Amino acid sequence: MCSCHADTASVVAEIVARHPDGRSSLIPVLQEIQESLGYLSPDSLKEIERLTGISSSESYGVATFYTQFRFTPPGKHTIQVCNGTACHVRAGQGITDEFSRTLGVNVGETTADGNFSLESVACLGCCALAPVVAVDGKVFAGVTTKKVPAILREYKAEGTREAL
Amino acid sequence: MSHISERYTQAQSLWQGLEASDAPVFYVGAATCGRAAGAGAVMDRLRSEIAARGIDAQIVEVGCLGPCCLEPLMIAHKPGTPDICYGKVGPDEAAAILERHVLGNDPCAEWALGCMDGSRLDGIGPLMEHPMLALQVRRVLRNCGRIDPESMDHYLAQDGYRGFLRALELGPDGVINEVKNAGLRGRGGAGFPTWRKWEFARASAGSPKYLICNADEGDPGAFMNRSLLEGDPHAVLEGMLIAGLAMGASEGYVYCRAEYPLAIHRLEIALTQMRETGLLGENIAGSDFTFDIHIKKGAGAFVCGEETALIASIEGLRGMPRPKPPFPAVSGLWGRPTVIQNVETLGNLPLILHKGAEWYSSIGSASSKGTKTFALAGKIARTGLVEVPLGITLREIVFDIGGGIDGGRAFKAVQTGGPSGGCIPAEQLDLPVDYESLTAAGSIMGSGGMIVLDEDSCMVDIARFFLGFTQQESCGKCVPCRVGTRAMLNTLERISIGEGQAKDIAKLQEIAETVKQGSLCGLGQTAPNPVLTTLRYFANEYEDHISKGQCTAMVCQKLVGYHIDPERCIGCGACRRSCPVEAITGETKKPHSIDGKVCIHCGACLTVCPSSASAVFRTSGELTRVESVEKRKSAVKSS
Repeated sequence: MCSCHADTASVVAEIVARHPDGRSSLIPVLQEIQESLGYLSPDSLKEIERLTGISSSESYGVATFYTQFRFTPPGKHTIQVCNGTACHVRAGQGITDEFSRTLGVNVGETTADGNFSLESVACLGCCALAPVVAVDGKVFAGVTTKKVPAILREYKAEGTREAL
Repeated sequence: MSHISERYTQAQSLWQGLEASDAPVFYVGAATCGRAAGAGAVMDRLRSEIAARGIDAQIVEVGCLGPCCLEPLMIAHKPGTPDICYGKVGPDEAAAILERHVLGNDPCAEWALGCMDGSRLDGIGPLMEHPMLALQVRRVLRNCGRIDPESMDHYLAQDGYRGFLRALELGPDGVINEVKNAGLRGRGGAGFPTWRKWEFARASAGSPKYLICNADEGDPGAFMNRSLLEGDPHAVLEGMLIAGLAMGASEGYVYCRAEYPLAIHRLEIALTQMRETGLLGENIAGSDFTFDIHIKKGAGAFVCGEETALIASIEGLRGMPRPKPPFPAVSGLWGRPTVIQNVETLGNLPLILHKGAEWYSSIGSASSKGTKTFALAGKIARTGLVEVPLGITLREIVFDIGGGIDGGRAFKAVQTGGPSGGCIPAEQLDLPVDYESLTAAGSIMGSGGMIVLDEDSCMVDIARFFLGFTQQESCGKCVPCRVGTRAMLNTLERISIGEGQAKDIAKLQEIAETVKQGSLCGLGQTAPNPVLTTLRYFANEYEDHISKGQCTAMVCQKLVGYHIDPERCIGCGACRRSCPVEAITGETKKPHSIDGKVCIHCGACLTVCPSSASAVFRTSGELTRVESVEKRKSAVKSS
């Protein structure tokens, strides 16, 4: 058993213990596991099965229904480009494309150096400041394609091995 | 005597101490939108200025006042003078306001939006006379941007929880009657009378009964609920107590989307404060009413706005709807009677109970009483959150409150109701905003998203955008929605790349009607609305795309060609360097050209072409548009 598996087991055990009411807590349990470990690995779903009896295929079925859940490890920083209506009419798609081109990844992928994950989200609720982008939860307002390199620079500065 | 009634004196003196403070107070709008606009840096600068000068002053974090386009917003209290609200306050402006206004004698009129509480000072008029606020009636949003949402005392000082205390006196029948007389209808979009839901649930056998506050706000382009939850969480929770009492529920859930971390954080704080004050749990405020509230984080599924899907999600299942009846009021969460209400509906209840049905129904139209909040966004000069009396016209909202279109373009349509709604054209701008009128125009009231579109917006693209969304969010349970949204999206995609056929319009119409009639839940039943309304009001745009390969708005990229005018090109090379696919060639100081076969139509060259040259231009079909770069830049800036 590798050390990462041991970590997964203890994290899942701790979270499951905090939610004694079984089935109705499945989504909060999955959310908290993702918050701690970054994503839902097959191992973590098997741990849920072992501890609660909810089969891993069933929790996988629930998790894949919701857009929040990830099944591969995320990058160090998560870029969420808003694709809400207000952002769309203010050329939000061009911003997604610009991030995609600059980073060399498609939406839903992580850069080879593991620094950035690129996501497209339905709406961040900052429509009045459209188009917006959130990096690790910090919202950038009025983004234009020209501002993309500056946003990325802010996050690659801290200890990234590779230049963009 | 109950715990809560003892708190009012303390709350009042605390609030009055702040209002009439003999030390300066700075109220900074720090909701998610304010923070995105830079409120954090403003507060940091104020803190360091206050510390450096060694003065006695206070900073209060408040929610959003509404005019998001003017953020960051700050209200400055200088002892002995009216409080002044300032807009577009950066760290430097904040420091200047502290120096010149608070410590000096210059009220910094250049950044002032208006005085609070109807006062005037040195030519600065009342804030409510500001064009964005003049037609607004702020009831539900009355505390947003004024009080510290993390302070229960601030809420109590605005008569918070007095509506609930009156509800306890009236009892369930009295509350239902009051809300019935007030004429309150659900603010989630469908407009179902609130009291009737309660009556159904009360009459249903089965216990416990559950109340769910739907704070999932899944419409892309809407942020009313976020603002209210971030700015005044207690108002929504007080509404839950009132609704819970009326329907006979003993447990409540707030189902809030995970993308709203600040709203969830503030709800958690408010729930703790309620527990400490005896407003949750057994025998609330000395009565026999027992109620508790839990938060459930949504995991991202638009279909969970549908009642039965939302219930499935709280139960830990895939969020798929089921056929109705039985309605949730009869058999909902875990098979028990359940009422699901929108955040704004609940936010109205404390006011109705505190001020009475007569006061509440004094504004609004014949069939739609009270106010409605709208999130104004898109190509509009003044974006933000507004609250208006129902029955106001779209023209008043878009032009008087919103200031019309920014960037000097012409108005084309306003989209209401998000992916379930439709686009209303210029001819219908005098339509009164109420449930019936918007439905008759082919759209819906929806929860309050209002996206303004100008001549640079392509209606085929808008329909494609919404169908792309609903197709992705369709849960796949019923065939009309699963297959129909895909079929409509495929057709719209073909039209937008110039591969549309003449028969597509009739085909779209037919599929849309089928999906509308045959789908299981609200998502599918309303998903065709964006297609149907754009076909109804903007059929010419569909025809241009299909027969001429022309996108008048120059949005559908595949139909837009980019060219360089050799007479105007100065050979600076900016476009060549910006082109991601090396489609542009040319020597320095000589005219450049674009290879149309390589070009991916991204428009990067148009953006970088210097305004002195304006050599890059676009064509679509027969149409040519020479873009003034300057105009584009000013449009970007003003946004």
